[in-house]
Amino acid sequence: MGLNIIVCAKQVPDPEGPPSSFEINEAELKVTARGIPPVINPFDENALEAAMRIKESHEQVSITLISMGKGISKAVILKAVAVGADASLLVEGDSLDASLLDSFATARLLAAAVARAGGYDLVLCGRQAADTNAGLVGLGLAQLLGIPAITLAQKVDVAGDGVVVERVLPDGYEVVEAPLPALVTVSGEVGDLRYPSLQAIKAAKAIPQTVLGLADLDLDPSTLGRVRTVALAAPSRERRCKMVEGETPEEAGRNLVLALRQDKVI
Amino acid sequence: MADAKGIYILAELDEGLKPTSLTLELMGLGQRLASDLATDLNAVLLGSGAQAAAQELARYGTGEVLLLDEPALSGYHPEIYIEVLAGLLRSRPPLVLLAGHTSMGQDLLPRLAFALDCGLVSDCVGLRVEGEEVLFTRPVYGGNALATQRVETPTAMATVRARVGDAPSPAGTAAAVIPLEVSPPAQTRLEMKGKEVLSGRECPLEEAPVVVSGGRGMGGEEGFGQLREIAALMGGAVGASRPPVDSGWAASTCQVGITGKVVAPDIYIAVAISGSTQHLSGMSESGKIVAINKDPDAYIFKVSDYGVVGEWKQLLPSFTAALKELPKV
Repeated sequence: MGLNIIVCAKQVPDPEGPPSSFEINEAELKVTARGIPPVINPFDENALEAAMRIKESHEQVSITLISMGKGISKAVILKAVAVGADASLLVEGDSLDASLLDSFATARLLAAAVARAGGYDLVLCGRQAADTNAGLVGLGLAQLLGIPAITLAQKVDVAGDGVVVERVLPDGYEVVEAPLPALVTVSGEVGDLRYPSLQAIKAAKAIPQTVLGLADLDLDPSTLGRVRTVALAAPSRERRCKMVEGETPEEAGRNLVLALRQDKVI
Repeated sequence: MADAKGIYILAELDEGLKPTSLTLELMGLGQRLASDLATDLNAVLLGSGAQAAAQELARYGTGEVLLLDEPALSGYHPEIYIEVLAGLLRSRPPLVLLAGHTSMGQDLLPRLAFALDCGLVSDCVGLRVEGEEVLFTRPVYGGNALATQRVETPTAMATVRARVGDAPSPAGTAAAVIPLEVSPPAQTRLEMKGKEVLSGRECPLEEAPVVVSGGRGMGGEEGFGQLREIAALMGGAVGASRPPVDSGWAASTCQVGITGKVVAPDIYIAVAISGSTQHLSGMSESGKIVAINKDPDAYIFKVSDYGVVGEWKQLLPSFTAALKELPKV
Protein backbone atom coordinates (compact mmCIF):
# COMPACT_ATOMS: atom_id res chain seq x y z
CA MET A 1 0.00 0.00 0.00
CA GLY A 2 1.59 3.23 -1.10
CA LEU A 3 1.21 6.77 0.13
CA ASN A 4 0.33 9.42 -2.44
CA ILE A 5 1.35 12.97 -1.60
CA ILE A 6 0.27 15.99 -3.63
CA VAL A 7 2.35 19.15 -3.27
CA CYS A 8 0.76 22.37 -4.56
CA ALA A 9 3.38 24.79 -5.84
CA LYS A 10 2.79 28.28 -7.21
CA GLN A 11 5.21 30.16 -9.41
CA VAL A 12 5.87 33.69 -8.11
CA PRO A 13 8.34 36.50 -8.89
CA ASP A 14 11.37 36.07 -6.62
CA PRO A 15 10.25 37.71 -3.34
CA GLU A 16 13.87 38.59 -2.56
CA GLY A 17 13.92 40.94 -5.55
CA PRO A 18 14.53 44.67 -4.87
CA PRO A 19 11.45 46.95 -4.55
CA SER A 20 12.25 48.55 -7.92
CA SER A 21 11.60 45.24 -9.68
CA PHE A 22 7.90 45.30 -8.75
CA GLU A 23 6.16 47.61 -11.19
CA ILE A 24 2.73 48.71 -10.05
CA ASN A 25 0.18 49.29 -12.79
CA GLU A 26 -2.53 51.23 -11.00
CA ALA A 27 -4.84 51.34 -14.03
CA GLU A 28 -4.76 47.62 -14.78
CA LEU A 29 -4.55 46.67 -11.08
CA LYS A 30 -1.52 44.53 -11.77
CA VAL A 31 1.95 44.17 -10.38
CA THR A 32 4.51 43.20 -13.01
CA ALA A 33 7.88 41.84 -11.99
CA ARG A 34 10.78 43.23 -14.05
CA GLY A 35 14.22 41.69 -14.26
CA ILE A 36 13.73 39.08 -11.54
CA PRO A 37 13.33 35.38 -12.26
CA PRO A 38 10.22 33.36 -11.45
CA VAL A 39 10.68 30.92 -8.58
CA ILE A 40 8.56 28.39 -6.73
CA ASN A 41 6.90 30.15 -3.82
CA PRO A 42 9.35 29.64 -0.89
CA PHE A 43 6.69 28.19 1.43
CA ASP A 44 5.67 25.72 -1.31
CA GLU A 45 9.33 24.71 -1.49
CA ASN A 46 9.13 24.04 2.25
CA ALA A 47 6.06 21.87 1.52
CA LEU A 48 8.01 19.90 -1.07
CA GLU A 49 10.87 19.47 1.40
CA ALA A 50 8.38 18.14 3.99
CA ALA A 51 7.12 15.67 1.36
CA MET A 52 10.70 14.57 0.60
CA ARG A 53 11.37 13.84 4.28
CA ILE A 54 8.28 11.62 4.43
CA LYS A 55 9.41 9.90 1.24
CA GLU A 56 12.83 9.23 2.76
CA SER A 57 11.51 7.64 5.91
CA HIS A 58 8.61 5.58 4.51
CA GLU A 59 8.19 2.90 1.86
CA GLN A 60 6.31 3.43 -1.39
CA VAL A 61 5.75 7.17 -1.21
CA SER A 62 4.83 8.89 -4.44
CA ILE A 63 4.89 12.69 -4.85
CA THR A 64 2.86 14.59 -7.44
CA LEU A 65 3.64 18.27 -7.91
CA ILE A 66 0.69 20.42 -9.02
CA SER A 67 1.15 23.94 -10.35
CA MET A 68 -1.45 26.27 -11.81
CA GLY A 69 -1.04 29.63 -13.50
CA LYS A 70 -0.24 31.60 -16.60
CA GLY A 71 3.13 31.10 -18.29
CA ILE A 72 4.56 28.52 -15.92
CA SER A 73 8.32 28.25 -16.49
CA LYS A 74 9.29 24.73 -17.57
CA ALA A 75 12.75 25.20 -16.04
CA VAL A 76 11.35 26.18 -12.64
CA ILE A 77 9.01 23.17 -12.57
CA LEU A 78 11.73 20.84 -13.85
CA LYS A 79 14.07 21.86 -11.05
CA ALA A 80 11.38 21.25 -8.42
CA VAL A 81 10.37 17.92 -9.95
CA ALA A 82 14.03 16.87 -10.05
CA VAL A 83 14.25 17.15 -6.28
CA GLY A 84 12.21 13.98 -6.01
CA ALA A 85 8.69 14.17 -7.48
CA ASP A 86 7.27 11.16 -9.29
CA ALA A 87 4.85 13.08 -11.50
CA SER A 88 3.71 16.62 -12.20
CA LEU A 89 0.41 18.17 -13.23
CA LEU A 90 0.31 21.64 -14.72
CA VAL A 91 -2.86 23.66 -15.28
CA GLU A 92 -2.08 26.51 -17.63
CA GLY A 93 -4.07 29.29 -19.23
CA ASP A 94 -4.19 33.05 -19.74
CA SER A 95 -7.21 33.33 -17.47
CA LEU A 96 -5.22 31.64 -14.69
CA ASP A 97 -3.08 34.76 -14.23
CA ALA A 98 -2.57 35.17 -10.46
CA SER A 99 -3.65 38.82 -10.62
CA LEU A 100 -7.04 37.84 -12.09
CA LEU A 101 -7.89 35.17 -9.54
CA ASP A 102 -8.71 35.64 -5.88
CA SER A 103 -8.05 32.93 -3.29
CA PHE A 104 -11.61 31.62 -3.60
CA ALA A 105 -11.39 31.06 -7.35
CA THR A 106 -7.89 29.61 -6.99
CA ALA A 107 -9.00 27.11 -4.35
CA ARG A 108 -11.92 25.93 -6.50
CA LEU A 109 -9.77 25.52 -9.61
CA LEU A 110 -7.09 23.76 -7.61
CA ALA A 111 -9.67 21.40 -6.09
CA ALA A 112 -10.73 20.45 -9.62
CA ALA A 113 -7.08 19.91 -10.57
CA VAL A 114 -6.45 17.73 -7.51
CA ALA A 115 -9.44 15.60 -8.53
CA ARG A 116 -7.73 15.06 -11.89
CA ALA A 117 -4.45 14.01 -10.27
CA GLY A 118 -5.84 10.65 -9.16
CA GLY A 119 -5.96 9.46 -5.58
CA TYR A 120 -4.17 11.20 -2.74
CA ASP A 121 -3.53 10.57 0.94
CA LEU A 122 -1.88 13.82 1.87
CA VAL A 123 -1.97 17.28 0.28
CA LEU A 124 0.81 19.70 1.24
CA CYS A 125 0.68 23.45 0.52
CA GLY A 126 2.85 26.38 1.59
CA ARG A 127 1.36 28.48 4.39
CA GLN A 128 0.89 31.39 1.96
CA ALA A 129 2.09 32.60 -1.42
CA ALA A 130 4.86 35.19 -1.61
CA ASP A 131 2.93 37.35 -4.10
CA THR A 132 -0.62 37.50 -2.76
CA ASN A 133 0.38 36.70 0.86
CA ALA A 134 -3.21 35.77 1.79
CA GLY A 135 -2.85 32.30 3.31
CA LEU A 136 -6.35 31.21 2.28
CA VAL A 137 -5.98 28.70 -0.53
CA GLY A 138 -4.70 25.74 1.50
CA LEU A 139 -7.54 25.86 4.01
CA GLY A 140 -10.06 26.52 1.24
CA LEU A 141 -8.82 23.56 -0.75
CA ALA A 142 -9.22 21.27 2.27
CA GLN A 143 -12.75 22.55 2.84
CA LEU A 144 -13.66 21.96 -0.82
CA LEU A 145 -12.11 18.48 -0.79
CA GLY A 146 -13.88 17.72 2.49
CA ILE A 147 -10.71 16.67 4.29
CA PRO A 148 -9.27 17.82 7.64
CA ALA A 149 -6.63 20.55 7.54
CA ILE A 150 -3.77 21.51 9.83
CA THR A 151 -1.95 24.81 9.29
CA LEU A 152 1.57 26.13 9.92
CA ALA A 153 3.48 22.88 10.15
CA GLN A 154 7.10 22.92 11.28
CA LYS A 155 7.21 19.11 11.04
CA VAL A 156 5.01 16.65 9.16
CA ASP A 157 5.09 12.87 9.50
CA VAL A 158 2.82 9.98 8.65
CA ALA A 159 2.06 7.34 11.26
CA GLY A 160 -0.32 4.49 10.51
CA ASP A 161 -3.26 5.97 8.65
CA GLY A 162 -2.85 9.44 10.07
CA VAL A 163 -0.66 12.52 9.78
CA VAL A 164 1.18 13.95 12.78
CA VAL A 165 2.01 17.64 12.64
CA GLU A 166 3.95 20.01 14.84
CA ARG A 167 2.03 23.25 14.40
CA VAL A 168 3.89 26.52 15.03
CA LEU A 169 2.46 28.70 17.83
CA PRO A 170 3.73 32.13 18.90
CA ASP A 171 5.37 30.66 22.01
CA GLY A 172 6.21 27.14 20.83
CA TYR A 173 4.30 24.47 18.99
CA GLU A 174 1.43 22.02 19.41
CA VAL A 175 1.14 18.47 18.15
CA VAL A 176 -1.97 17.84 16.05
CA GLU A 177 -3.05 14.59 14.43
CA ALA A 178 -5.56 13.95 11.67
CA PRO A 179 -6.69 10.84 9.83
CA LEU A 180 -5.67 10.57 6.15
CA PRO A 181 -6.56 11.88 3.69
CA ALA A 182 -5.67 15.31 5.07
CA LEU A 183 -4.18 18.64 4.03
CA VAL A 184 -1.31 20.38 5.81
CA THR A 185 0.02 23.89 5.19
CA VAL A 186 3.74 24.14 5.76
CA SER A 187 5.75 26.96 7.36
CA GLY A 188 9.35 28.05 6.82
CA GLU A 189 10.46 26.32 10.04
CA VAL A 190 10.38 22.99 8.14
CA GLY A 191 13.61 24.00 6.46
CA ASP A 192 14.85 24.88 2.99
CA LEU A 193 14.25 22.66 -0.01
CA ARG A 194 17.25 20.51 -0.90
CA TYR A 195 19.00 21.06 -4.23
CA PRO A 196 18.64 18.52 -7.02
CA SER A 197 21.82 17.26 -8.67
CA LEU A 198 22.51 18.22 -12.29
CA GLN A 199 22.06 14.57 -13.15
CA ALA A 200 18.65 14.54 -11.47
CA ILE A 201 17.62 17.68 -13.39
CA LYS A 202 18.53 15.93 -16.66
CA ALA A 203 16.67 12.79 -15.66
CA ALA A 204 13.63 14.82 -14.56
CA LYS A 205 12.61 15.39 -18.18
CA ALA A 206 11.51 11.76 -18.26
CA ILE A 207 9.23 12.10 -15.21
CA PRO A 208 5.58 11.94 -16.32
CA GLN A 209 3.92 15.32 -16.75
CA THR A 210 0.27 16.05 -17.45
CA VAL A 211 -0.67 19.45 -18.84
CA LEU A 212 -4.27 20.59 -18.57
CA GLY A 213 -6.05 23.69 -19.75
CA LEU A 214 -8.89 25.55 -18.13
CA ALA A 215 -11.40 23.70 -20.34
CA ASP A 216 -10.36 20.40 -18.72
CA LEU A 217 -11.51 21.64 -15.33
CA ASP A 218 -14.99 22.56 -16.51
CA LEU A 219 -15.14 25.72 -14.38
CA ASP A 220 -15.60 29.38 -15.25
CA PRO A 221 -13.09 31.40 -13.17
CA SER A 222 -15.08 34.61 -13.62
CA THR A 223 -17.91 33.22 -11.46
CA LEU A 224 -15.70 31.86 -8.68
CA GLY A 225 -14.30 35.02 -7.10
CA ARG A 226 -15.52 36.48 -3.80
CA VAL A 227 -13.06 39.36 -3.38
CA ARG A 228 -12.21 41.99 -5.98
CA THR A 229 -9.21 44.32 -6.02
CA VAL A 230 -10.37 47.88 -6.73
CA ALA A 231 -7.12 49.81 -6.30
CA LEU A 232 -3.41 49.17 -6.19
CA ALA A 233 -0.80 51.59 -4.87
CA ALA A 234 2.80 51.79 -3.79
CA PRO A 235 3.21 51.83 0.00
CA SER A 236 4.59 54.90 1.67
CA ARG A 237 7.02 53.72 4.31
CA GLU A 238 9.39 56.62 4.50
CA ARG A 239 9.74 58.51 7.76
CA ARG A 240 11.63 61.58 8.82
CA CYS A 241 14.73 60.21 10.52
CA LYS A 242 16.26 62.15 13.40
CA MET A 243 20.00 61.45 13.19
CA VAL A 244 21.63 61.22 16.62
CA GLU A 245 25.33 62.06 16.79
CA GLY A 246 28.16 62.29 19.31
CA GLU A 247 31.83 63.24 19.54
CA THR A 248 32.61 59.53 19.91
CA PRO A 249 30.59 56.40 19.11
CA GLU A 250 30.22 55.85 22.88
CA GLU A 251 28.66 59.29 23.24
CA ALA A 252 26.39 58.67 20.28
CA GLY A 253 25.14 55.48 21.98
CA ARG A 254 24.36 57.45 25.17
CA ASN A 255 22.81 60.29 23.19
CA LEU A 256 20.45 57.86 21.51
CA VAL A 257 19.07 56.81 24.89
CA LEU A 258 18.76 60.49 25.90
CA ALA A 259 16.96 61.39 22.66
CA LEU A 260 14.52 58.52 23.09
CA ARG A 261 13.83 59.55 26.69
CA GLN A 262 13.45 63.22 25.77
CA ASP A 263 10.82 62.32 23.17
CA LYS A 264 9.15 59.99 25.70
CA VAL A 265 9.70 56.95 23.47
CA ILE A 266 11.23 55.11 26.45
CA MET B 1 -30.23 33.15 5.46
CA ALA B 2 -31.44 36.29 7.18
CA ASP B 3 -30.34 39.72 5.95
CA ALA B 4 -26.75 40.55 6.85
CA LYS B 5 -26.50 43.28 9.47
CA GLY B 6 -24.16 44.69 12.08
CA ILE B 7 -20.42 44.70 12.60
CA TYR B 8 -19.18 41.71 14.61
CA ILE B 9 -15.81 41.45 16.32
CA LEU B 10 -14.48 37.98 17.07
CA ALA B 11 -12.89 38.54 20.48
CA GLU B 12 -9.79 36.79 21.76
CA LEU B 13 -8.76 36.51 25.40
CA ASP B 14 -5.31 36.48 26.93
CA GLU B 15 -4.24 33.96 29.55
CA GLY B 16 -5.77 36.09 32.29
CA LEU B 17 -9.14 35.82 30.44
CA LYS B 18 -9.10 39.52 29.55
CA PRO B 19 -9.71 40.76 25.99
CA THR B 20 -6.38 41.08 24.15
CA SER B 21 -5.18 44.55 23.15
CA LEU B 22 -5.82 43.62 19.51
CA THR B 23 -9.43 42.72 20.39
CA LEU B 24 -9.90 46.16 21.95
CA GLU B 25 -8.34 47.78 18.86
CA LEU B 26 -10.88 45.88 16.74
CA MET B 27 -13.69 47.21 18.96
CA GLY B 28 -12.33 50.73 18.29
CA LEU B 29 -12.18 50.04 14.58
CA GLY B 30 -15.64 48.48 14.71
CA GLN B 31 -17.05 51.60 16.40
CA ARG B 32 -15.88 53.70 13.46
CA LEU B 33 -17.25 51.29 10.82
CA ALA B 34 -20.56 50.85 12.67
CA SER B 35 -21.01 54.60 12.93
CA ASP B 36 -20.17 55.14 9.24
CA LEU B 37 -22.56 52.37 8.18
CA ALA B 38 -25.24 53.34 10.73
CA THR B 39 -25.35 49.85 12.18
CA ASP B 40 -24.59 48.19 15.51
CA LEU B 41 -21.26 47.03 16.89
CA ASN B 42 -21.39 43.54 18.36
CA ALA B 43 -18.87 41.03 19.67
CA VAL B 44 -18.67 37.25 19.68
CA LEU B 45 -16.74 35.64 22.49
CA LEU B 46 -15.89 31.95 22.71
CA GLY B 47 -14.20 30.68 25.83
CA SER B 48 -14.55 29.28 29.29
CA GLY B 49 -15.02 31.55 32.30
CA ALA B 50 -15.34 34.55 30.01
CA GLN B 51 -18.22 36.43 31.69
CA ALA B 52 -16.06 39.29 32.97
CA ALA B 53 -14.47 39.75 29.54
CA ALA B 54 -17.93 39.81 27.96
CA GLN B 55 -18.97 42.59 30.36
CA GLU B 56 -15.88 44.57 29.44
CA LEU B 57 -16.55 44.20 25.70
CA ALA B 58 -20.15 45.23 26.29
CA ARG B 59 -18.94 48.69 27.43
CA TYR B 60 -17.78 49.41 23.88
CA GLY B 61 -20.51 47.77 21.81
CA THR B 62 -23.90 49.14 20.89
CA GLY B 63 -25.64 45.89 19.96
CA GLU B 64 -24.95 42.61 21.67
CA VAL B 65 -22.07 40.56 23.01
CA LEU B 66 -22.72 36.94 22.14
CA LEU B 67 -21.13 34.82 24.84
CA LEU B 68 -20.43 31.17 24.15
CA ASP B 69 -19.08 30.00 27.48
CA GLU B 70 -18.29 26.33 27.69
CA PRO B 71 -15.30 24.25 28.88
CA ALA B 72 -14.88 22.71 25.40
CA LEU B 73 -14.15 26.21 24.09
CA SER B 74 -11.40 27.04 26.60
CA GLY B 75 -8.65 26.49 24.02
CA TYR B 76 -8.76 26.91 20.25
CA HIS B 77 -9.78 23.75 18.42
CA PRO B 78 -10.43 24.49 14.72
CA GLU B 79 -13.27 22.04 14.21
CA ILE B 80 -15.11 22.84 17.44
CA TYR B 81 -14.82 26.58 16.88
CA ILE B 82 -15.94 26.28 13.24
CA GLU B 83 -18.95 24.16 14.07
CA VAL B 84 -20.11 26.52 16.80
CA LEU B 85 -19.38 29.75 14.92
CA ALA B 86 -20.72 28.67 11.53
CA GLY B 87 -24.06 27.76 13.16
CA LEU B 88 -24.19 31.09 14.95
CA LEU B 89 -23.31 33.20 11.90
CA ARG B 90 -25.83 31.39 9.69
CA SER B 91 -28.61 32.54 11.99
CA ARG B 92 -27.13 36.03 12.50
CA PRO B 93 -25.21 36.90 9.32
CA PRO B 94 -23.08 40.01 9.95
CA LEU B 95 -22.33 42.71 7.39
CA VAL B 96 -18.71 42.55 8.52
CA LEU B 97 -16.90 40.08 10.76
CA LEU B 98 -13.46 41.16 11.97
CA ALA B 99 -10.87 39.04 13.73
CA GLY B 100 -7.25 39.68 14.63
CA HIS B 101 -4.59 38.44 12.20
CA THR B 102 -3.35 36.18 14.98
CA SER B 103 -2.41 32.53 15.21
CA MET B 104 -6.11 31.74 15.73
CA GLY B 105 -7.49 34.31 13.28
CA GLN B 106 -5.27 33.07 10.45
CA ASP B 107 -6.44 29.50 11.00
CA LEU B 108 -10.09 30.07 11.83
CA LEU B 109 -11.31 32.80 9.46
CA PRO B 110 -10.33 31.06 6.19
CA ARG B 111 -12.13 27.90 7.38
CA LEU B 112 -15.16 29.96 8.31
CA ALA B 113 -15.15 31.91 5.04
CA PHE B 114 -15.07 28.77 2.91
CA ALA B 115 -17.63 27.00 5.12
CA LEU B 116 -20.09 29.90 4.75
CA ASP B 117 -19.00 30.93 1.23
CA CYS B 118 -18.19 34.47 2.34
CA GLY B 119 -15.39 36.63 0.96
CA LEU B 120 -12.45 37.17 3.31
CA VAL B 121 -9.60 39.68 3.17
CA SER B 122 -6.68 38.61 5.33
CA ASP B 123 -3.90 40.63 6.95
CA CYS B 124 -5.64 44.02 6.60
CA VAL B 125 -3.70 47.16 7.42
CA GLY B 126 -6.53 49.56 6.62
CA LEU B 127 -10.36 49.59 6.54
CA ARG B 128 -12.65 52.38 5.46
CA VAL B 129 -16.26 52.87 4.50
CA GLU B 130 -17.01 54.18 1.04
CA GLY B 131 -20.67 54.63 0.23
CA GLU B 132 -22.45 51.60 1.66
CA GLU B 133 -19.51 49.25 1.70
CA VAL B 134 -16.24 48.61 3.49
CA LEU B 135 -12.97 48.70 1.57
CA PHE B 136 -10.09 46.67 2.91
CA THR B 137 -6.41 47.45 2.29
CA ARG B 138 -3.71 44.80 2.54
CA PRO B 139 -0.07 44.45 1.52
CA VAL B 140 0.73 42.21 -1.46
CA TYR B 141 3.98 41.22 -3.17
CA GLY B 142 5.80 41.15 0.13
CA GLY B 143 4.68 44.68 0.95
CA ASN B 144 5.86 46.13 -2.37
CA ALA B 145 2.27 47.09 -3.16
CA LEU B 146 -0.93 47.83 -1.26
CA ALA B 147 -4.16 46.38 -2.65
CA THR B 148 -7.56 47.81 -1.78
CA GLN B 149 -10.24 45.17 -2.01
CA ARG B 150 -14.00 44.82 -1.75
CA VAL B 151 -15.87 41.71 -0.77
CA GLU B 152 -18.65 40.62 -3.10
CA THR B 153 -20.70 38.49 -0.71
CA PRO B 154 -23.36 39.87 1.70
CA THR B 155 -21.07 39.11 4.65
CA ALA B 156 -17.49 40.39 4.47
CA MET B 157 -14.82 38.88 6.68
CA ALA B 158 -11.37 40.20 7.45
CA THR B 159 -8.37 39.52 9.67
CA VAL B 160 -6.70 42.71 10.84
CA ARG B 161 -3.12 43.34 11.94
CA ALA B 162 -2.23 44.77 15.34
CA ARG B 163 -2.06 48.57 15.64
CA VAL B 164 -4.48 49.24 12.78
CA GLY B 165 -7.37 50.13 15.09
CA ASP B 166 -7.46 52.53 18.05
CA ALA B 167 -8.48 51.87 21.63
CA PRO B 168 -12.29 52.08 21.86
CA SER B 169 -14.23 54.59 23.90
CA PRO B 170 -17.11 53.43 26.10
CA ALA B 171 -20.46 53.52 24.28
CA GLY B 172 -23.33 55.56 25.77
CA THR B 173 -25.29 52.49 26.81
CA ALA B 174 -23.56 49.18 27.17
CA ALA B 175 -24.37 46.36 24.76
CA ALA B 176 -26.37 43.42 26.08
CA VAL B 177 -24.42 40.31 27.01
CA ILE B 178 -26.33 37.36 25.57
CA PRO B 179 -25.22 33.93 26.78
CA LEU B 180 -25.94 31.28 24.13
CA GLU B 181 -26.34 27.55 24.45
CA VAL B 182 -23.40 25.73 22.95
CA SER B 183 -23.46 22.19 21.64
CA PRO B 184 -19.91 21.34 20.59
CA PRO B 185 -19.54 18.46 18.13
CA ALA B 186 -19.21 15.07 19.81
CA GLN B 187 -16.49 13.95 17.42
CA THR B 188 -13.65 15.76 15.70
CA ARG B 189 -11.16 14.60 13.10
CA LEU B 190 -8.32 16.72 14.43
CA GLU B 191 -6.80 15.55 17.67
CA MET B 192 -4.83 18.05 19.72
CA LYS B 193 -2.01 16.15 21.40
CA GLY B 194 -0.58 18.87 23.58
CA LYS B 195 1.48 22.00 23.47
CA GLU B 196 5.19 22.54 23.87
CA VAL B 197 6.28 25.97 25.13
CA LEU B 198 9.81 26.71 24.01
CA SER B 199 12.11 28.54 26.38
CA GLY B 200 13.19 31.95 25.20
CA ARG B 201 9.83 32.37 23.51
CA GLU B 202 7.87 33.26 26.63
CA CYS B 203 7.72 36.75 25.20
CA PRO B 204 6.57 35.99 21.66
CA LEU B 205 7.94 38.38 19.06
CA GLU B 206 4.50 39.27 17.76
CA GLU B 207 3.33 40.45 21.18
CA ALA B 208 6.53 42.09 22.43
CA PRO B 209 6.25 45.87 22.99
CA VAL B 210 9.92 46.23 22.04
CA VAL B 211 11.81 44.22 19.42
CA VAL B 212 15.61 44.46 19.12
CA SER B 213 16.77 42.91 15.84
CA GLY B 214 20.17 42.20 14.36
CA GLY B 215 21.13 41.84 10.72
CA ARG B 216 23.93 40.66 8.47
CA GLY B 217 26.30 43.26 9.91
CA MET B 218 26.23 41.52 13.31
CA GLY B 219 28.83 39.23 11.77
CA GLY B 220 28.18 36.31 14.11
CA GLU B 221 26.32 34.88 17.06
CA GLU B 222 28.12 36.86 19.78
CA GLY B 223 26.44 40.19 19.05
CA PHE B 224 23.02 38.68 19.61
CA GLY B 225 23.95 38.28 23.29
CA GLN B 226 24.16 42.08 23.52
CA LEU B 227 20.83 42.42 21.73
CA ARG B 228 19.29 40.02 24.26
CA GLU B 229 20.58 42.15 27.12
CA ILE B 230 19.02 45.27 25.60
CA ALA B 231 15.76 43.43 24.92
CA ALA B 232 15.66 42.22 28.52
CA LEU B 233 16.27 45.75 29.84
CA MET B 234 13.44 47.11 27.69
CA GLY B 235 11.02 44.24 28.34
CA GLY B 236 11.16 43.07 24.75
CA ALA B 237 12.23 40.25 22.48
CA VAL B 238 15.09 39.64 20.06
CA GLY B 239 14.50 39.44 16.32
CA ALA B 240 16.68 39.04 13.26
CA SER B 241 16.62 39.72 9.56
CA ARG B 242 17.05 36.79 7.19
CA PRO B 243 20.88 36.61 6.81
CA PRO B 244 21.62 35.87 10.50
CA VAL B 245 18.97 33.13 10.43
CA ASP B 246 20.40 31.64 7.23
CA SER B 247 23.88 31.75 8.81
CA GLY B 248 22.66 30.07 11.98
CA TRP B 249 23.42 33.03 14.29
CA ALA B 250 19.75 33.32 15.28
CA ALA B 251 16.84 30.86 15.46
CA SER B 252 14.41 30.78 12.54
CA THR B 253 11.61 31.64 14.98
CA CYS B 254 13.30 35.05 15.45
CA GLN B 255 13.10 36.00 11.80
CA VAL B 256 11.22 39.24 11.12
CA GLY B 257 10.04 39.73 7.56
CA ILE B 258 7.55 38.56 5.04
CA THR B 259 8.90 35.00 5.24
CA GLY B 260 9.15 35.19 9.01
CA LYS B 261 7.13 37.04 11.62
CA VAL B 262 5.24 40.27 10.99
CA VAL B 263 5.63 42.50 14.04
CA ALA B 264 4.48 45.98 14.99
CA PRO B 265 5.93 46.74 18.43
CA ASP B 266 5.90 50.20 20.04
CA ILE B 267 9.67 50.35 19.49
CA TYR B 268 11.66 48.46 16.85
CA ILE B 269 15.44 48.69 17.06
CA ALA B 270 17.24 47.56 13.89
CA VAL B 271 20.93 46.94 14.45
CA ALA B 272 23.19 46.35 11.42
CA ILE B 273 20.15 45.79 9.20
CA SER B 274 20.28 47.48 5.79
CA GLY B 275 16.51 47.30 5.16
CA SER B 276 15.52 44.86 2.42
CA THR B 277 11.88 44.95 1.30
CA GLN B 278 11.24 41.54 2.70
CA HIS B 279 12.43 42.67 6.15
CA LEU B 280 10.64 46.03 6.01
CA SER B 281 7.38 44.24 5.26
CA GLY B 282 7.71 42.54 8.61
CA MET B 283 8.24 45.66 10.75
CA SER B 284 7.36 48.89 8.93
CA GLU B 285 4.12 49.28 10.92
CA SER B 286 6.09 49.59 14.18
CA GLY B 287 5.43 52.60 16.41
CA LYS B 288 8.94 54.07 16.50
CA ILE B 289 11.81 52.64 14.48
CA VAL B 290 15.41 53.10 15.61
CA ALA B 291 18.28 52.20 13.27
CA ILE B 292 21.96 51.67 14.05
CA ASN B 293 24.07 51.10 10.94
CA LYS B 294 27.64 51.90 9.91
CA ASP B 295 26.53 52.79 6.37
CA PRO B 296 25.05 56.34 6.31
CA ASP B 297 23.30 55.49 3.01
CA ALA B 298 21.60 52.34 4.33
CA TYR B 299 17.94 52.30 3.25
CA ILE B 300 16.85 51.51 6.81
CA PHE B 301 17.44 55.20 7.79
CA LYS B 302 14.80 56.30 5.27
CA VAL B 303 12.14 54.31 7.09
CA SER B 304 13.33 55.04 10.64
CA ASP B 305 12.43 57.72 13.21
CA TYR B 306 15.85 57.70 14.89
CA GLY B 307 19.20 56.82 13.41
CA VAL B 308 22.79 56.55 14.52
CA VAL B 309 25.60 55.99 12.03
CA GLY B 310 28.30 53.80 13.51
CA GLU B 311 29.62 50.36 14.38
CA TRP B 312 27.27 48.49 16.69
CA LYS B 313 30.28 47.12 18.60
CA GLN B 314 31.22 50.64 19.63
CA LEU B 315 27.70 51.98 20.16
CA LEU B 316 25.83 49.22 21.97
CA PRO B 317 27.88 49.07 25.20
CA SER B 318 27.27 52.76 25.99
CA PHE B 319 23.66 52.50 24.78
CA THR B 320 23.12 49.55 27.15
CA ALA B 321 24.87 51.29 30.05
CA ALA B 322 22.81 54.46 29.56
CA LEU B 323 19.60 52.37 29.48
CA LYS B 324 20.54 50.84 32.86
CA GLU B 325 21.21 54.24 34.39
CA LEU B 326 18.01 55.77 33.10
CA PRO B 327 15.77 56.89 35.96
CA LYS B 328 12.36 55.21 35.95
CA VAL B 329 9.48 57.41 34.83
